[in-house]
Amino acid sequence: MARAYPKDLVLRFFRSMYLIRRFEERAAQAYGQGKINGFCHLYIGQEAVAVGVTEAIQPADYLITAYRDHGYALTRGADVGMVMAELFGRGTGYSKGKGGSMHIYDVEHNVLGGYGIVGGQIPLAAGTAFASRYRNEDRLTVCYFGEAAANQGSIHETLNMAAKWKLPVIFLCENNRYGMGTAMARISAVPEVYKRAVAYQMRGERVDGHDVLKVYEAVKDCAAHCRAGKGPVLLEADTYRYRGHSMSDAATYRSKEEVEAQKQGDAIPKLRAWATAAKLASEADFEAVEEEVKATVDEAVKFADASPEPAVEEVWTDHLVEPGERDVPPRERVHGQKVSWPTYPSGTELRVTWDLEPQTPAQLGEPQPGLKKRA
Amino acid sequence: MAELAWREALNQALSEEMERDANVFLMGEEVARYDGAYKVSQGLLAKFGSARVVDTPISELGFAGIGVGAAMVGLRPVIEMMTWNFAILAMDQIVNNAAKVRQMSGGQLRCPIVFRGPNGAGGRLAAQHSQALEANYAHFPGLKVVAPSTPAEAKGLLKSSIRDDNPVIFLEAELLYGVKGEVPEGELLLPLGKAALKREGDDCTLITWGRMYYHVEEAAKQLEAEGIHVDLLDLRTLKPLDEEAILASVRKTNRAVIVEEGWSFCGVGAQISDTIQSQAFDALDAPVQRVAGLDVNRSYAAVLEHAAEVNPARVVAAVKKVLYREEG
Repeated sequence: MARAYPKDLVLRFFRSMYLIRRFEERAAQAYGQGKINGFCHLYIGQEAVAVGVTEAIQPADYLITAYRDHGYALTRGADVGMVMAELFGRGTGYSKGKGGSMHIYDVEHNVLGGYGIVGGQIPLAAGTAFASRYRNEDRLTVCYFGEAAANQGSIHETLNMAAKWKLPVIFLCENNRYGMGTAMARISAVPEVYKRAVAYQMRGERVDGHDVLKVYEAVKDCAAHCRAGKGPVLLEADTYRYRGHSMSDAATYRSKEEVEAQKQGDAIPKLRAWATAAKLASEADFEAVEEEVKATVDEAVKFADASPEPAVEEVWTDHLVEPGERDVPPRERVHGQKVSWPTYPSGTELRVTWDLEPQTPAQLGEPQPGLKKRA
Repeated sequence: MAELAWREALNQALSEEMERDANVFLMGEEVARYDGAYKVSQGLLAKFGSARVVDTPISELGFAGIGVGAAMVGLRPVIEMMTWNFAILAMDQIVNNAAKVRQMSGGQLRCPIVFRGPNGAGGRLAAQHSQALEANYAHFPGLKVVAPSTPAEAKGLLKSSIRDDNPVIFLEAELLYGVKGEVPEGELLLPLGKAALKREGDDCTLITWGRMYYHVEEAAKQLEAEGIHVDLLDLRTLKPLDEEAILASVRKTNRAVIVEEGWSFCGVGAQISDTIQSQAFDALDAPVQRVAGLDVNRSYAAVLEHAAEVNPARVVAAVKKVLYREEG
């Protein structure tokens, strides 16, 4: 098994997880200093999920999530300082400080947002996947949500349509056991979310979310399923957040022993120990990554701290698109960098060939047309 | 000029825009095989196929959100709500996502989507199927709200709404779908945010939109017979509101009556009344009057339904009140 993972991939796994960990720790510190306000939901403990997913999909694939969202943008290559600046509410943030911790968007990297209404992002993911099918693009959408969101009506409506229309979506449930302070088992007739896939005749699976390699393999497999036109997948990752639901949550609903036991299975040292034992990377390699990440996050905090607040005139902008208005990519706005930005076929270029409702039983049994295999 | 029913005018608008731009698709309950619950989408499935005219399950929140997601990545969905009463189930997607995604992303995303369907009373449909809900949507930043009255305006405004880069709430009316009117041949685009002055007179300004235009026009005719001449301002778009047209007319007539189908309390008319009093107070010769639905749930029984509704007689009485010509 070990040979299947080249050193650069192993170190990328490690770097991304460690970057999230370090970023979140510094965010918690800044919150304590009053530099970050409002709601701030930390991802510490769950890093293996976002990292395993990002490495298993393509940069062109869409990613959409809830409000525990900093880590997703970081895994996809977002500017670390600009994510931190968004948390600080500064004009140099990805959303000019208008979104804050819960609403991180990096459209350049196909991160289509963090959403603050539990379960509200789930239909959006079917919508972006619908657009991919409509345009005959080889592009899938990964939709993250917590286990508690699985009890919202939005997921029933969305899974039904996504399965019926064979939309290329990985519905990735991060089961961190508690929706705020309520354990899933206390409020769910069927607490295992992946089992609900049966109701829509779609693929449903569970994966150990404390192991980045397992997440990576599971998502690669699910992505191939989606890209082959076989429809969506409901993948449940068992995971755990070490911190409270948000910064204001002391997490008294669970015992210290439980949290400590979970930390024993932490994905970051686990990967490191495994890779060094398998001689895929050395301690020195990991230490070098740690140093680089620490410096990157230090820089990010300094950048956020030194950044100005948004101009007060910004209160009036970005509510409606004005005629002729151009969308300015955030890294261009902040750093003057030329970046690739999504463009879509015009109404006259686009040819819609998708038959959403196959007419014959034979067609119904076959993979849907319209999805190209990736070369 | 062709004489078209509302539903035919809307059908033309949809068909023309779908032909012009393959990014436009229509999604909703019964829009495809059934040819539309109110036959607005008649023939579109045959013309454009099942990926562009999409029958959905009864999942308003779900397909509203699918539309929003598709709009975020460049498509231009038209989402049909069988009625706006049912769209209350989709309120989260419209308000929390469609209206906010551009601002939350700091201008990275846009959401060019139209939510359309019949609003207001349908006749003897009781409490859950008779609501005029424009005030709900006009309340939220990030949405445009359009409520035409005639077939030509319905066509021209729907086409402009589809081409708009923002979420548009497009309010039709079940009781108007069969109403006919002249619709000009050829390309017809009307600007959002512009009211139409449909009658001119110096005595009073009558402000309305949507189906109520017909009651107001009827009232204006009766008033004219009595020698009272009104400016009849059909707003057509509630948001953005054409304040300029409202204020210009009120400054001319010095009196205003606002007529709306929905409930009086926190209705759109309250906002318009505030616009007038705060910006044209000195021009007023009488307090602004509002004619609106009674603040009660609609009943099925005809006598109770009619008692709660706006009618021309109530409009006439309100105009006479601002002119201090009340009888008795």
